[in-house]
Amino acid sequence: MADIERHTIAVLVDNEPGVLARVIGLFSGRGYNIESLTVAEVDRPNGLSRITIVTTGTPMIIEQIKAQLSRLVPVHKIHDLTDEGPFVEREMALIKVAGKGDARIESLRLADIFRARVVDSTTESFVFEMTGSSDKLNAFITLMEPLGLVEISRTGAVAISRGAASF
Amino acid sequence: MPAEPLSGADIVIKALVDQGVDIVFGYPGGAVLPIYDALFKQNSLRHILVRHEQGAVHAAEGYARSTGRVGVVLVTSGPGATNAVTGLTDALMDSVPVVCLTGQVPTHLIGNDAFQEADTTGITRPCTKHNYLVKDVRELARMLHEAFYVAKSGRPGPLVVDLPKDVLFASGPYTPPDEVRHKSYRPQLRPDPARIGQAVEMIARAKRPLFYGGGGLINSGPKACARFTELVRLTDAPCTLTLMGLGAVPASDPHFLGMVGMHGTYEANLAMHGCDLMVAVGSRFDDRVTGRLNAFSPGSKKIHIDIDPSSINKNVRVDLPIIGDVGEVLSAILGEGPAALRCADGAARSEWWRAIDKWRARDCLRYDRSRRDLIKPQYAIERLYEFTRDRNVYITTEVGQHQMWAAQFFKFDEPNRWMTSGGLGTMGYGLPAAMGVQIAHPEALVIDIAGEASVLMNIQEMSTIAQYRLPVKVFILNNQYMGMVRQWQELLHGGRYSESYTAALPDFVKLADAFGAVGRRVEDPAKLDDAIREMLDIGSAFILDVAVDPAENCFPMIPSGAAHNEMLLGPEDEAEKPVSEEGMVLV
Repeated sequence: MADIERHTIAVLVDNEPGVLARVIGLFSGRGYNIESLTVAEVDRPNGLSRITIVTTGTPMIIEQIKAQLSRLVPVHKIHDLTDEGPFVEREMALIKVAGKGDARIESLRLADIFRARVVDSTTESFVFEMTGSSDKLNAFITLMEPLGLVEISRTGAVAISRGAASF
Repeated sequence: MPAEPLSGADIVIKALVDQGVDIVFGYPGGAVLPIYDALFKQNSLRHILVRHEQGAVHAAEGYARSTGRVGVVLVTSGPGATNAVTGLTDALMDSVPVVCLTGQVPTHLIGNDAFQEADTTGITRPCTKHNYLVKDVRELARMLHEAFYVAKSGRPGPLVVDLPKDVLFASGPYTPPDEVRHKSYRPQLRPDPARIGQAVEMIARAKRPLFYGGGGLINSGPKACARFTELVRLTDAPCTLTLMGLGAVPASDPHFLGMVGMHGTYEANLAMHGCDLMVAVGSRFDDRVTGRLNAFSPGSKKIHIDIDPSSINKNVRVDLPIIGDVGEVLSAILGEGPAALRCADGAARSEWWRAIDKWRARDCLRYDRSRRDLIKPQYAIERLYEFTRDRNVYITTEVGQHQMWAAQFFKFDEPNRWMTSGGLGTMGYGLPAAMGVQIAHPEALVIDIAGEASVLMNIQEMSTIAQYRLPVKVFILNNQYMGMVRQWQELLHGGRYSESYTAALPDFVKLADAFGAVGRRVEDPAKLDDAIREMLDIGSAFILDVAVDPAENCFPMIPSGAAHNEMLLGPEDEAEKPVSEEGMVLV
């Protein structure tokens, strides 16, 4: 299918047991894709968590995903950031590169260009911390592959709309 | 805060009573003993002891669908809860409001693989509208009241409230229902007024309109059904109903074309294929209705009225979605006045009706009436209908050929009279559902139109029927086959009847006797009327085992993967229109 779109959807839910299982079960049960999913409490007084889901599908499927999500009882609000105007999307990764000699120096040089921070180092390894768009993270990781990339931990995307408006 | 704290079990009873519950269908066990103890000490709630938890849920569904109220189930932990899962899934698919209370092991044992422990909220998450695990007795009353609110508002559905045993023993405050307001769940009931105007205009302009009503009409209530009928009559447009919607418009109304879908009438399906405006009201474009999607009603604009936004554009793209309670939406449409709704092009409308009359003249429900040696299943239902049409009758069914014949040949003039498992297709639904209907309507005539295979799936409920002296009638169309399976094997698998013949059926007359009911068997068409008369005259439970033509197939039929205009009208069509390979894959 040609008309597959990638959407970033923010969902505000009650922070209660099982709510993440409901969302994930909905995606697996109905055969929708999850590219990434992040969740954390964002409003303690009201007990609300924010789930950021990056998903792909035809426009009809994306519409279904939103309708099905809003059917879940603990869901308060849903925003399709992709549809609703400009937004900022960021992801963080911890990237471990092991090696010695020129490769090690080259990885440090590239990290500097990409504005990755060194958060751990030994004489034979670095752990880089990097924040940026998923594409930027992918680009950096690809560059690290020949330089001794051994392990990656990524958060998945978080996103928020630009400007003063909020939900 | 109320002065007296109550035990968790007493809170459960008080919450049920405050919700107006009068009947609970259940089965006791270790984890729910505190509730059964509390039940023992009160007189406001009546408990009906079923013989299997699946039966309890179907009985609650029958109760709910025939009264419009919430059905209530009480089962124990572990196997009690897992046995209820089929019923819960059935209620979810058919949008039936049910609250199911399940026992659970004490909170400190949860996750320890304790005796009769199951992850009930985990297992039932995909088969309920919502579920709760009550970990603190102070939350108990609120969660119970929320469960009732969620079950019956919006698109109705089943709720589970999982109750650990220590919570039932703990004491805590009781919160009355009027102090409970759900934090986030607010279904949209009132439609967007701008869309009402658009809908009215589309209806008035349509040359070949068709109203397509579903179970949402029944769920919205008799008033919604009356408004739907009024709109159909006012606009002089043809109307069809889904399996779940039967009775929303009187079957005797000349605007009614019969049921739509796989075993719907020729005229309903061709009208759906040929209309230029389809108004879907509380129906969900299910695959049994649409047939092949890329050939579904190709020339029509579509208005879709539904309370559930996720029903919109799920299977079929529609032109004008209207979210809201169908009763409210229909009132708003009717509120625009008869002049605005009347057809603008009378000549085109007459032509549309002439086309429909031509399709009607095909008499698609005809069957071979010449056999004197065999009872045709269609004939059996026609006779049953003739004997019961003027009575206060409720019909339930099991699942299969008999269900489709009942839908085709039994005519419903009122909503809430027809209880069947549509979405899930649960064999074994009809007998316990009939039990629930009879409990709700003790004076009514309640008949389970059954197949001999389906009815065996929950036959243990005959014991419940005996215990409460329920005069439920079981009308078995006995063809010795899982008839619908056999029909598909004939059409799709070269007549290889793999495991669809039941070689060792019980003697249903003796079976009735064993359960304290009356049983009769009839094989001769000439004796059918007398047998039905006897069944209706006797004031007790009755099984009528009607031996019917074992080879009869259910027509008309849209074979899977086919379009509405590719119907099989009878056996003579079978050879000419073989099922496509893509169709074979579909169910």
